[in-house]
Amino acid sequence: MSLRRPAKNQPENFEFNTSSLEAAKSIVAKYPKGKQQSAVMALLYIAQKQNDNWIPLAAMKYIAKFLNMPYIKVYEVATFYSMYNLSPVGKYFVQVCTTTPCMIRGANKLVEACKEKISEDESVLSNDKSCSWMEVECLGACVNAPMMQINDDYYEDLDKGKTLKILDKILNGEKPTPGSYRGRINNEPENNRKTLMDLKNA
Amino acid sequence: MLKDQDRIFQNLYNDLGPDLTSSQKRGDWVNTKEITDKGRDWIINEIKDSQLRGRGGAGFPTGLKWSFAPKEVGSRPHYLVINGDESEPGTCKDRDILRFEPHKLIEGCLIASYAIQAHVCYIYIRGEYFVDGQKLQAAIDEAYEKKLLGKNAAGTGWDLDIYIHYGAGAYICGEETALLESIEGKKGQPRLKPPFPALIGLYGCPTIINNVETIAVVPTILRRGGKWFASLGREKNTGTKIFCISGNVNNPCNVEEEMNIPLKELIEVHAGGVIGGWDNLQAVIPGGSSMPLIPKDKCETLTMDFDSLMAEKSGLGTAGVVVINKDQDIIKCMARIARFYKHESCGQCTPCREGSGWMWRMLERMAKGEASKDEIDMLGDVTKQIEGHTICAFGEGSSWPVQGLLRHFKDEIKKRNKFDPIVKENKNIPYLVDQHLLDKNA
Repeated sequence: MSLRRPAKNQPENFEFNTSSLEAAKSIVAKYPKGKQQSAVMALLYIAQKQNDNWIPLAAMKYIAKFLNMPYIKVYEVATFYSMYNLSPVGKYFVQVCTTTPCMIRGANKLVEACKEKISEDESVLSNDKSCSWMEVECLGACVNAPMMQINDDYYEDLDKGKTLKILDKILNGEKPTPGSYRGRINNEPENNRKTLMDLKNA
Repeated sequence: MLKDQDRIFQNLYNDLGPDLTSSQKRGDWVNTKEITDKGRDWIINEIKDSQLRGRGGAGFPTGLKWSFAPKEVGSRPHYLVINGDESEPGTCKDRDILRFEPHKLIEGCLIASYAIQAHVCYIYIRGEYFVDGQKLQAAIDEAYEKKLLGKNAAGTGWDLDIYIHYGAGAYICGEETALLESIEGKKGQPRLKPPFPALIGLYGCPTIINNVETIAVVPTILRRGGKWFASLGREKNTGTKIFCISGNVNNPCNVEEEMNIPLKELIEVHAGGVIGGWDNLQAVIPGGSSMPLIPKDKCETLTMDFDSLMAEKSGLGTAGVVVINKDQDIIKCMARIARFYKHESCGQCTPCREGSGWMWRMLERMAKGEASKDEIDMLGDVTKQIEGHTICAFGEGSSWPVQGLLRHFKDEIKKRNKFDPIVKENKNIPYLVDQHLLDKNA
């Protein structure tokens, strides 16, 4: 299990803005009547998105009222799942996969790059407060190892130099192009494709 | 090698585009009505004849699972849930289906929902795959627009709604009952079985849960016939499978191949060989991190299917092949996997919650050579105490890789960890007060 604690400095109030409210209502409609509790995970995402990538306790209380469920149940969910950030992580949240398939292809070099560019320790904001990094468990792109995720996008087939360049970009406030950084197409074997040859470049 | 025309996922590398028009060119949605017109029993029997086994890891026969759904819909509606919470280290096949072959999955959902009489289908996708989930959502929207979903979906007379539910980074939600808990808006802690989800599942209603890949191959099987699928591979291990080959190979890739393909062919032909040559191979994890590793000497002749890997005391799992060469420290690799399980344990059962961390700490010390001799046996003992003493199969998943390491690399651990805590000779250390016990003349 992982230990997760809410941030010390919490805002007093939280409320969905108009677009969040609309999104929340359409999500609640996906589930059968009386089962609106199912929407709690999606609503926590909406709150996280609205509140600069993290969820304050006020938002959990708000969602509990919104879905008519006990606050503790929302708190339980928010602390159980690792993708809900309980303290500020910055506008760009860098997650480096270091599980075995990435590790044996050199994920520690990516961690080094993050330490150099962002902050010495994980989950600590960079000097300009714009980003933070963290080691995470398998992100499910093992064939493209080593890789990292920045906000929603995957950056694949990296090495230290390429990571440094990507991090430079986000520190300048630009969004780097997601995908493979070795120029390969999706998950095909690079320069060694033996299957579906008729369709290649079709 | 499997012939190209027998590959189900023609767009695995996105040569053709994932949109509806190009999917239809590949044969999706062509005669869905004809298939459903043949009736539920025909569909389920055809899937049984094809001997399709679940692609999510456990390898349970799909046709059999579908036949567990109640024949008549009672007061409670039926649900179909698709498990796309792909988090097993070494596995990345479902992601490619979600983003490049979404219509195979959606059509499969319609047929499966028809077979088990469900009007609502939830597709559970891990939260990290948000972008790929959006691509699937776009495909679902496209299908609604063309009346392939919704009321009288694709002219079959069956109503179906598909919704995506995102997870939030919990590996355990890939366990089917934890996944149901998660959809219900609770923390993902597995339920005790029985009752099985086929009778009491989502919201207490009959629910069938299948992996993304399992459902995505269903339309093609029904079009080409169960016999065609059963002719590939070997008895009880039929059909094709997407293999993910990662780790120390020259060209890591996803490739769809026949079941029972030799591991060596998979690595040498498709993945461009082991880095440093075949002789540099140390071990292979054949089916995602939960499966015990297999040392090099056995890799020569190994074939990749459920039963032949079982015979090697490992398993096909999700077919995520992780190749580890001799440049890597095998104990460290396994220690990292143990850390993964320590992080992902849901904390419900004590043996798993405490044991997974214990195994991790021991392995970390063993990698550094700081463990004592007798801890090696203790580690084996801990794995046995976890295995089989938990609600879900996570206990097995976390202890099997460690058992695999102990089975094949015990000598390596022993060589590195020689420290013996028992004092066997007289040492001139003032605070060792029991030294007189070592006196041989006493």
